[in-house]
Amino acid sequence: MIPANFDYLRVDSVEGALNALQEHGDEAKLIAGGHSLLPLMKFRLSAPAYLVDINRLDDLKYVREENSHLVIGALTRHSDIETNPLIKENAGLLASATHHVGDPQVRHRGTIGGAIAHGDPASDIPSALLALNATVVVTGPEGAREIPIDDFFVGFLETDLKDDEMLTQIKVPCVPDAKWSFQKFNRRAQDWAIVGASILVNNGQSGISLVNMHSTPFRASAVEEAIASGANAVEASEQAAIGTEPTSDINASVEYRKHLARVLVKRGLEEAGL
Amino acid sequence: MEPRTLLVQYIRESAGLTGTNIGCDTSSCGACTVHLNGESVKSCTVLAAQVDGMEITTIEGLAQADGTLHPMQQAFHECHALQCGYCTPGMVMACASLVEENQNLTENEVREGLEGNLCRCTGYHNIVKAVLEVSGA
Repeated sequence: MIPANFDYLRVDSVEGALNALQEHGDEAKLIAGGHSLLPLMKFRLSAPAYLVDINRLDDLKYVREENSHLVIGALTRHSDIETNPLIKENAGLLASATHHVGDPQVRHRGTIGGAIAHGDPASDIPSALLALNATVVVTGPEGAREIPIDDFFVGFLETDLKDDEMLTQIKVPCVPDAKWSFQKFNRRAQDWAIVGASILVNNGQSGISLVNMHSTPFRASAVEEAIASGANAVEASEQAAIGTEPTSDINASVEYRKHLARVLVKRGLEEAGL
Repeated sequence: MEPRTLLVQYIRESAGLTGTNIGCDTSSCGACTVHLNGESVKSCTVLAAQVDGMEITTIEGLAQADGTLHPMQQAFHECHALQCGYCTPGMVMACASLVEENQNLTENEVREGLEGNLCRCTGYHNIVKAVLEVSGA
């Protein structure tokens, strides 16, 4: 399968990428690891006229600790995140969720920024970032702006990113003492989650989110509220499907997905010591 | 070359190196695995234009010039880690990259590390054995 034709532009700076986006508007698409975009293009579900390759923007590949936050460059590859000691120590949930993405070859190419910008509710990484209360930094012609992760995902494969903006950084609060668990239910090793759950418990506060249970990555607020009011794992997990609107497909019915959400949240909460 | 040329297409059709196979064409099966700057990637999901100037190693480049097999090829040979052979080039490339990143793999880590490569014949058993042979566990 070959994508529809396009013009290939390679840029070597954020400025270059923004200029290309400004010039070509919604006819242009940024390509990072390409493991979401290229399959869409090969299936002809997406046919951008211009492909702007940002893979060589090496200054967007980093993981640093600043003011009790992990600051992660948008082009950092999954394989560098899952093995990064700073991330393992301060946001183990993100390292674990990233390890569950695809397979080693996919993780050598895929980037954290690309995974978020794609806005796929079935992706593992947005769920971990929701539970961790991350902030997304995007850069446009007017400069950078910060978007709380809860406001970033606005619809199915839709984010708050404007046509002339690019995602440049992710900030994650350091939670070295948090207990966490990433749960993923699928039938074959490298598959997408039929349902997944990110669980983070830290000093009575919790961050709970679900994979593939809604049109967007989904925060399970009802579970978080139950935990805040002192519920145990069994009681809190009963709230897991509240507010979700999962789809029915060949892998699972709506009811089965809701059942899985409750089971996975319970397992995760127990693993996180609640 | 058209910008939409896939890396695997370039390798097979332009470079004439047909050791790299196309299986699923959707980055699931791993048959097209090659090394990009030393790391395993699925060449059906990379554009040839993206890797301009980078180092690509295919199965043809794994053995030494005098024909001495790469340790992973040797281990596949000795452990009989193949039957029909279709997945083998991608499997060997994925296994070599896996061991390059971690020299002390457990059996479980090997099985997990091969989640991106499908083999319809062997049941994976002898492939896992070959990788463990090389990783020295």
